[in-house]
Amino acid sequence: MTFTGHNGRALPWALVTPALAWTLLFFVLPFIAMGLSSLTAHEGGGFTLANYSQLFTDPSYWRAMVNSLEVTAIVTVISILLAYPFAWVLAEMVPERWQRLALMLAVLPFWTSYVVRSYSWLLVLAQNGVINRTLTGIGLIAEPLQLANTRFATVTGFVHFFVMLLTLTIFANLKQLSPSYRKAAADLGAGPVRTFLHVVLPLTLPGIMVGAFLTFVLCIGDYITPQILDGNNELVMPQLVMMQIGRRGDFPLASALSIILMAVVTVAYLACARWLKIERA
Amino acid sequence: MRAVVRIAAWLYAIAVYGFIFLPVVVLVLFSLQATSFPIPPFTGPSLRWYQAVLSDTRLTSALVNSLLVAVLSSLASVTLGFLSAWGFARFVLPGSALLRGLITLPLTVSYLIIGMGLLVLFNWAGVPKSLLAAGIGHVVINLPLCFAIIYSQMGDHQINIERAARDLGAPEWKVLLMITVPVMAPAIFAGFFLSMTFSWDEFVISFLLTRFETTLPVEIWNLLRSGLNPKTNAVGSLVFAVSVVLVVFFELTLLLRKPA
Repeated sequence: MTFTGHNGRALPWALVTPALAWTLLFFVLPFIAMGLSSLTAHEGGGFTLANYSQLFTDPSYWRAMVNSLEVTAIVTVISILLAYPFAWVLAEMVPERWQRLALMLAVLPFWTSYVVRSYSWLLVLAQNGVINRTLTGIGLIAEPLQLANTRFATVTGFVHFFVMLLTLTIFANLKQLSPSYRKAAADLGAGPVRTFLHVVLPLTLPGIMVGAFLTFVLCIGDYITPQILDGNNELVMPQLVMMQIGRRGDFPLASALSIILMAVVTVAYLACARWLKIERA
Repeated sequence: MRAVVRIAAWLYAIAVYGFIFLPVVVLVLFSLQATSFPIPPFTGPSLRWYQAVLSDTRLTSALVNSLLVAVLSSLASVTLGFLSAWGFARFVLPGSALLRGLITLPLTVSYLIIGMGLLVLFNWAGVPKSLLAAGIGHVVINLPLCFAIIYSQMGDHQINIERAARDLGAPEWKVLLMITVPVMAPAIFAGFFLSMTFSWDEFVISFLLTRFETTLPVEIWNLLRSGLNPKTNAVGSLVFAVSVVLVVFFELTLLLRKPA
């Protein structure tokens, strides 16, 4: 659906060059700079792989990587389990004319900044916050629970965000599903449970995988939520990256850790690529 | 049995809505607190903390900075995104798929890593930390978004209108300004408002690339050091309100597209 303009090759290149130049200059070049930086030592001197080997030799660094993967895995699984039935109710039980509004409401807090959203959870989970005051108020517990500054708080903050994101992707997928599939399954004698397990669920799997991949990428790369809700108890990778810059100004090590983090995301992408491609087609 | 399942489903949906809105309600409610701690019992309503925010020059100047960075970076993103989308949709270019992939590549990389890369580059090149540096970073994250939205909306029927204009003798710049831009307006506005939202809420790139003059999310971050404070609730509620307005604009521009 394209054609060549009558004024030759100059115009199209003039149109696309600014965007390409911007991407090369401020995305590709920084990445190369980061790669080169990661191969030098903070103290100076020549080429070294020490920044990379640190992840495997320093137990606290390895711990941060394990924490990151654990938190991300827990968050992804819980978010899918919570979001799927919710998206299903929105797509199947809410009357058609209210669906747009119901969905918009369901994802409204999605649009607050990470900082504000995490702070709001701190208000809810703090020692003298809403939950503890309510529980002690009705006499369910005598002493306030330690909810803030824990991994539980980080997971809660993350799940809150990703339930909204996954509701969007799964809802879209459920809506695309033609009702004739379900009718066919019913005609062939399948009950609602079997229809769901053998027809609806497999057909919405691409949507789930796209959502899961987004959750993985955004969760493993986020600094704010764990920093505000868990503090420095159980460090995750982005906190480790920020510490190198903030405390020690160690750009090479921070670069190496960033690149490792990106490599992990790339592996996740390749693992999901099959489904991600289906979605694009 | 059917009825029980239905009721359970509705109760579940209500519970999830409750979970989603709990922190927002707590944030906004205790921004109206009359006393000094944003914890129960509620002592308001009072607007004293909003007054405190508006008379805090650090916060108000950060707010202006945030708006400025959001508007300018979104304008740049949508301009570059639109021009490149037009170029790729209308002309056959060698390596088109590869180049389009390059433009959308930043979407798959976390903001932290984009910010880190720019920090290392600017540090080497001797570019000082500034709002401009943060704005450049915001264009990096929003340009692919604008490109993807506008490119996906460039349909065939628009090509025919453009051809008609050309056949009637309109030069290329006139076709662009008087045909393509108006026809693509909904997608252009959608890209603009979505970029505004992301830039307005963005923290980590601004945190890494600014120093003295900074944006609102970074200033709020600085406020967090003083612990729970109704003033933080008030400024957080304001930030949330602006985001909601931007998203509503975004939704409306997408709705505008529907009848076409």
